Amino acid sequence: MSTIETPAVNKAIGKVRPHQTQNERLVFEKSSPGKKAYKLAPLDVPEVDPEALLGDAVRKDPPGLPELSEIEIIRHFTRLSTWNYAIDLGMYPLGSCTMKYNPRVNEWVSRIRGLAEAHPYRPDSLAQGILNIIDLLQKCLIEITGMDTITLQPAAGAHGEFTGILLVRAWHESQGNARKKIIIPDSAHGTNPATAAICGYQVENLKSNAEGGIDLEALTAQVDEETAALMLTNPSTIGVFEEQIHKIADILHDKGALLYMDGANMNALVGKVRPGDFGVDVMHLNLHKTFSTPHGGGGPGSGPVACKKFLEPFLPTPVLVQDENGMKTWNYDRPQSVGRVRAFYGNTGMFIRALAYILANGPDGLRQTTEDAVLNANYIRKKLEDVYELPYKTPSMHEVVFSDKKQVAKGVKTGDIAKRLIDYGFHPYTVSFPLIVPGALMIEPTESESLEELDLFIDAMRSIAKEVEETPELVKSAPHSTRISRLDEVKAARKPVLRWKPE
Amino acid sequence: MRYLPKSPAEREQMLAEIGVSSIDELFSVIPEEYRLTRDLDVPRQQAESEIIAYFNEEAAKNIIGYASFLGGGAYRHFRPIIIDSLVQRGEFLTSYTPYQAEITQGTLQAIFEFQTMIAELTGMDVANASMYDGSTGAAEAVLMAMRITGRSKAVVARTVHPEYREVLATYLRHRDMATSEVAYTKNGRVDLAALEESVTEETAAVLVQSPNFFGTIEDIPAIAEIAHKKGALLVVSIAEGVSLGIVRPPVEADIVSIEAQSFGVALSYGGPYVGVLATKEKYLRQIPGRLVGQTTDSNGNRGFVLTLSTREQHIRREKATSNICTNQALVALMATIFLTVYGKEGIRELAEHNLAKAAFAAETFKLQSGVKLLFEGAPRFHEFVIDTAEAPPLWSQRLLNEKIVGGIELKKWYPELGNATLWCTTEPIKRKDIEAAAKVLAAGLAEG
Repeated sequence: MSTIETPAVNKAIGKVRPHQTQNERLVFEKSSPGKKAYKLAPLDVPEVDPEALLGDAVRKDPPGLPELSEIEIIRHFTRLSTWNYAIDLGMYPLGSCTMKYNPRVNEWVSRIRGLAEAHPYRPDSLAQGILNIIDLLQKCLIEITGMDTITLQPAAGAHGEFTGILLVRAWHESQGNARKKIIIPDSAHGTNPATAAICGYQVENLKSNAEGGIDLEALTAQVDEETAALMLTNPSTIGVFEEQIHKIADILHDKGALLYMDGANMNALVGKVRPGDFGVDVMHLNLHKTFSTPHGGGGPGSGPVACKKFLEPFLPTPVLVQDENGMKTWNYDRPQSVGRVRAFYGNTGMFIRALAYILANGPDGLRQTTEDAVLNANYIRKKLEDVYELPYKTPSMHEVVFSDKKQVAKGVKTGDIAKRLIDYGFHPYTVSFPLIVPGALMIEPTESESLEELDLFIDAMRSIAKEVEETPELVKSAPHSTRISRLDEVKAARKPVLRWKPE
Repeated sequence: MRYLPKSPAEREQMLAEIGVSSIDELFSVIPEEYRLTRDLDVPRQQAESEIIAYFNEEAAKNIIGYASFLGGGAYRHFRPIIIDSLVQRGEFLTSYTPYQAEITQGTLQAIFEFQTMIAELTGMDVANASMYDGSTGAAEAVLMAMRITGRSKAVVARTVHPEYREVLATYLRHRDMATSEVAYTKNGRVDLAALEESVTEETAAVLVQSPNFFGTIEDIPAIAEIAHKKGALLVVSIAEGVSLGIVRPPVEADIVSIEAQSFGVALSYGGPYVGVLATKEKYLRQIPGRLVGQTTDSNGNRGFVLTLSTREQHIRREKATSNICTNQALVALMATIFLTVYGKEGIRELAEHNLAKAAFAAETFKLQSGVKLLFEGAPRFHEFVIDTAEAPPLWSQRLLNEKIVGGIELKKWYPELGNATLWCTTEPIKRKDIEAAAKVLAAGLAEG
């Protein structure tokens, strides 16, 4: 394989790529003055003179926005879209990201007029429908997590972590001592230490044991009266369930510390086991992972925080309550609350989608989903463990982490294998994470992959392993089939160009 | 289950190949005492038709077809149809954060275009790829100012959205960062004399909003001078992006935080919306969140990548500029398409229509007996505050009978304002709605 070079002669005629991935300039470069894609309804009130009304505050120079017609805009963004890989195109095995199917009925119901056009400040009496939806989702998520109460306000997983640790801190403060440190395993997502730091805690690293799990002895030694909480991802980022989970909770609780669970990997647990039952005090969920709301190229997410009863007084304001007439309403009178973490009530559009997903599944579907996710990961593990090094032999849940140890001998690293996967029609797995596995290949197939797609992926991975032995250069210079080849990231960072400017 | 692509036989085959006899064997690592041996108590599995029926039924309990004068940080503007056509393309909808640049150029180029448009609108040098919303964006902007100046105090105008101020308070709670609030004058703007007194050599940031929560446009050059004289940074929050079509951008600011919901994003009962931070080039390395930069591939082709990620949590962990990871990418795409549809001329024309509606509404309301227009004498965009002799709950019910939702009561956040209400007139509001509302406001007094 070689890169598809664009002959100069083709560049001259403009259309230089096969149809699906046509080149497309920046929208600004396609603009010409006087083109329009809008028409406003006639103004039914008297026109005004902006300068007279606004005085010095009037805008003199219009913003340099592009001027195009509607068809050009449709083509522009459609062409751009064809440069993306997507779940809709094939397996997207990014470990820790749970790239599952995003059901289309979710999109449809989120756009129903009465829901999509609801202003957040409309009177509660005129928002009972949306409040019922929020209430039902809250109840479902409380049941799924085995917790006692919940807030849907946080906008994403990291925002949920922030909210959860604020709850931890507020509770400790109510006990007379905020405490000083949060313990975080070295296998954790980067958001965990970043969150602890913004909540005013020192981060103390906990070294994983030989199985990649929590080292109970080390934990016992580390937890003291200044420990606020342990932030634990369970299953861990190597896809392993903490078998000693209840002992972990006991060690913490004995010293008055709390157990925070990062729910990023909840797709391995739903319907099979509940964090609230195994000693977790507070946790966040990612509706955009476990509950199928679309990742959208990086958001929006939604990061509800579920917790035990004793943390309820500290939940962000407002909290949904029901009055004596059965009317649902927002309660702002929460003297012990940690405060608001965002304006309004959260990413409501995501709540609607997540609830639609739960309804489509029901209890049996949710359990089957979890089982299939775990089945898929174990199938991949079985089919690849002879060609890729498996650093931890502990049983896998919903994801499996290999290392590039065997391939490094040929000078090929995890990042190269990932890029080569692109040539086989797959999105790469998560590269070089978790940090406890040098050269990690973190693979999370999710339940959405058929046996056929899994086998294609396995064939691709085995084929790449063979290429590493026979033609390592082919792998190291991948991808070979994309519109553009590997990009110069050093150049991008050294002299940042973050916006277009007219020449 | 219809989303699961496996037959029972395939499941059996896979279990056999793995070498286990049942699926539960794969879960045997979970201590038995915690395993859930019953069904979750959630509604039973439903057909697509039932799901649609359920949400339709709930949606019907929410009003539709009312004229709404609600604003206050969430604005109803017409949403061009092509926004939803384009963002529902699976390639945008179902892709992840563009870490693998070769196969996410679509998202990356669109974000680069978004960053450019925001820089153009705000008059700043650079913008990031998005924040959760305007409230968290403003809080992150204040934290950013703290990192840049090494100072630990913030001065916040009381005319900033009250919920944004609450969010800021939450973010600063454990930061040893003191804030002081600055009052407003009778024209609804920041009290400049009070501001001058509050800003000291310890002030990291002055946070104002313009147009502010009362709809009034702040005197940004004067505020900037006060902040800069003491070495503080000026953070300007903009909750209504459409205002930038006609209102001078806050070029004197050091950081601008926008809520871009107005750019083609559904109201959706408060979210998802999209925040974005814009700043001067020199402060770039302190900006939180993702950034897309231009570069070239090995053949010299232009391409885009996520860049300067050494600021971010996945690299820097506890030393990161923020813990933000997932942002609002798809919503930023909606804004990008909206801004492309309206373009250079359209955004001005749209803003002018909003300006004209509000001018007409304010003048019409003012003529009614028992209605007083507050904060006159300063420029406004499309929101204004009135005081009514009659208590708002009384006339709001009469308005609802006419299928009109009136303005927002301000007493909850500004007890000193009594019966004052905040009204917003975006372009979908019709003249007849304004006149009908005015009639109802006047009627109370006549009857009473």
